Amino acid sequence: MDRATDRPMDGIVENKPGQRREPAAEPLVIGERRFDSRLLVGTGKYATYELMQDALDASGSEIITVAVRRERLVNERGESLLDYIDTDRYTILPNTAGCFSAEDAVRVSRLGREILEQIGNAGASWVKLEVLGDKKTLLPDPVGTIEAVETLANEGFEVLCYTSDDPISAKRIKDAGAAAVMPAGSPIGSGQGVLNPNNIVLCLETLKDGDPDYPVIVDAGVGAASDTSIAMELGADGVLLNTAIAHAKDPVLMAHAMRHATTAGRQSYLAGRIEKKLYATASSPFEGAISYIPGE
Amino acid sequence: MQVIVNSEPMDVAEGSCLADLIEQVGLGGSPVAAEVNKALVPKRSHGACELAEGDRIELVTLVGGG
Repeated sequence: MDRATDRPMDGIVENKPGQRREPAAEPLVIGERRFDSRLLVGTGKYATYELMQDALDASGSEIITVAVRRERLVNERGESLLDYIDTDRYTILPNTAGCFSAEDAVRVSRLGREILEQIGNAGASWVKLEVLGDKKTLLPDPVGTIEAVETLANEGFEVLCYTSDDPISAKRIKDAGAAAVMPAGSPIGSGQGVLNPNNIVLCLETLKDGDPDYPVIVDAGVGAASDTSIAMELGADGVLLNTAIAHAKDPVLMAHAMRHATTAGRQSYLAGRIEKKLYATASSPFEGAISYIPGE
Repeated sequence: MQVIVNSEPMDVAEGSCLADLIEQVGLGGSPVAAEVNKALVPKRSHGACELAEGDRIELVTLVGGG
């Protein structure tokens, strides 16, 4: 807890007496919304809803993604996702997963907004936009994506837009009116991590040029906690993931790991890493060494 | 008359509105978004939205997703 405010800090456990406090974490800002956590997690692929609940809790996330799907029109409907989500605690970000055209993605965005308005969730009016080009790779259709961003932004949506790690596409999506751009580290659910960190850096530079607070979130591809840290260390404002937690052997433990990895990566980015060098630099002084030093 | 709900044919009483259909399938009171012929009908208009033979209706909810 932050002793000054009694508020939980981003991924920080309380320190032992006498230990220096962790530096306060600055919030993630998307449009008008502010969040303490920089980790966004999905709600799909869990073995049970109870496991999902525990993993969401352990992740410390405040933003969770959901999908919009047809109701099952049978009497034995079973349990509903919304029965297991504290809609006061989480901001729900509906996605357009499974849409392969701008038209369908716009329809699904409107349907998601309608449901969130009915339940009075803060996530109404925003959407995680995916316009996919191909079922096998789930890579985005760049043209359909930009069309959908334009339409949705004109309708007042705050669009958080999934895209590839191509910086030019990312810029076009921002220019079309997206509230946040979310380049993929690697294909959705692939667990390959950040395959091309240089492209993520180019996306960050391009999107934040003259607009340093513009939110850029690495979405998709994370396999392990280190992938999350790498994305954050590159300067991403957040990471969005689902499968890496839901399909881990112990999803709740992995959710803890992802929370810490997000914080560690962010702090490492802010702290500023050392430059990489070809040769070693001793941490202990040679001066005063009693040993024979070759070459001296 | 017959309408198509989530791609399945379904019989509804003549003069039914969208709210009647949602009640008929047991979703009254649940958070559900509805489209009639690909156009979203907001909840406040479900009672005024009269259905016609052959209308294609989508009833959707939120499920787990990434």
